[in-house]
Amino acid sequence: MKGLPRTITEAAALLRRRETNALELAEVALRAAHGDTFNTWLLLSDERAKAQARAADERLRAGDASLLCGIPWACKDIIGTKGVATTAGSKILEGYVPPYSATVVERLDAAGAVMLGKTNLDEFAMGSSNENSAFGPVKNPWRVDRVPGGSSGGSAVAVAAGEALFALGTDTGGSIRQPAALTGVVGMKPTYGRVSRYGVVAFASSLDQVGPFTSSVEDSAIVCDALFGKDPNDATTMPLPSEELGRELGRGVKGLRLGVPKEFFIEGMEKGVERAVRDALSELERQGAELVDVSLSLTDHGLAVYYLIQPAEASANLARYDGVRYGLRVEGPDLLETYRRTRGKGFGPEVKRRMILGTYALSAGYYDAYYVKAQKVRTLIKQEFDRVFEKVDAIVTPTSPSVAFKIGQKVNDPLSMYLNDIFTLPVNISGLPGVSVPCGLSDGLPVGLQVIANSYQEATMFRVAAAYERATKHHELRPRVAA
Amino acid sequence: MPIDRATIVHVADLARIALTEEEIERFSGQLSVVLDAVERLKAVDTSEISATASTLPLIGVQRDDVIRPGLTTDEALANAPKGGRDGEFFRVQEILEGR
Repeated sequence: MKGLPRTITEAAALLRRRETNALELAEVALRAAHGDTFNTWLLLSDERAKAQARAADERLRAGDASLLCGIPWACKDIIGTKGVATTAGSKILEGYVPPYSATVVERLDAAGAVMLGKTNLDEFAMGSSNENSAFGPVKNPWRVDRVPGGSSGGSAVAVAAGEALFALGTDTGGSIRQPAALTGVVGMKPTYGRVSRYGVVAFASSLDQVGPFTSSVEDSAIVCDALFGKDPNDATTMPLPSEELGRELGRGVKGLRLGVPKEFFIEGMEKGVERAVRDALSELERQGAELVDVSLSLTDHGLAVYYLIQPAEASANLARYDGVRYGLRVEGPDLLETYRRTRGKGFGPEVKRRMILGTYALSAGYYDAYYVKAQKVRTLIKQEFDRVFEKVDAIVTPTSPSVAFKIGQKVNDPLSMYLNDIFTLPVNISGLPGVSVPCGLSDGLPVGLQVIANSYQEATMFRVAAAYERATKHHELRPRVAA
Repeated sequence: MPIDRATIVHVADLARIALTEEEIERFSGQLSVVLDAVERLKAVDTSEISATASTLPLIGVQRDDVIRPGLTTDEALANAPKGGRDGEFFRVQEILEGR
């Protein structure tokens, strides 16, 4: 076997026909990962992977294995893995080896999936380009002078470059969907409350969700089936019955009403991106969906709401990195100075920027004007989505206003960097599920189509995404490196 | 709203982050731009609106009080920084004066 199969479903079929085995899949993936030239991986855990693969082969031989059994995957390095170093892309967690695994990792372990290693990311998931990693930027395999998007850039590239069959990321304002769009893979953020964050390094707790990168919509549903569900260790997980999320994949979009918000087609958006997304809308209409013009008039304010709530929550969450219990400690003359020096040395520039912005928004005299105001406008943004979902089954938009931009192009202009997330962050603000699927190329670089559904309506979201995917070959396009 | 040097120093202190002179300079410029952008929220009328506490329906949940295993002391202390463990404790600098 020279390279990995394209999808989980293909690999699962090969495993069941005994045309390959889990150990061979793991070895092929590890060989590809060791040969990676995009700075995708922070750590490869070969021995752990091979041990998991051997155990998976036993289960496959016994015949009762889940679809993910023996499937090699990549883990964003913000998700805790017992016995495997976890950095969150930061120097401040230097040497940290978690004493327990995140619930999502335990669920994939239980399904028999094979974790290859940990992928690069923006420090503490703060970024849209992967340039904020303390371990260097990830390159986009489509063109190596371009960013892969962020913050889950390494996970996106692991799938795009054929080094893993799926990957986990986290999405606080677009950190799964935007890099998926920029690297030409499927990236999905579940409804807030669907997936446990226990054991995941916390960033902005009212927004964070874990979700998968895959090469097909069907694969995305398969991974979500394994991840979703109540976890007693995360009080925000909802007690919902497990469902087969792929159950409506084949139903098509005939008769569905799809909202197209005019505020998501803005001036300054790249022409090639708009063209690809308009073509996708036409394709869905051709298949019998009814396109409905809708308005999400507060979209413009989403960025401001997000850049107050998210740094505020982050500044509270990251208070724990004080050099006392784990990670880096830079000792000063007294404890206060030890805190200041440890955090001054351990955090990178973007993390410091957000800590200061968040602390400012929460500080005396500004709390009502900034933080509370943002949470009130958040209520209005959510209400506007609620009203739109009274009229439509799903909303279809571009994932990102541009294709992958050049490494270095936006690093010194935080506001322009933050604008990368304008189409994805309203979904987090409102707690909704969203998926990005490839919808063609602009100037040789991938464009993403975002499908947003109402809370807990992932099955409908996947149904729309799958109908589009079936009619096109965009999701089969791969960067030349992996062809 | 421009955010001045003194404010950056004050807030960095609240956040317990030592900044270099160069960082103080750079952040005051960059954060002023971001604060100008968020200033526009003031135009939205929220007089009758309550702040979002959570996007989830808020429901009280009770669970059975069952003892479950946690980390052992050694596991909990295993990641202590160099010189940061003292037997069954994390070691930190003295914070009380005048014993």
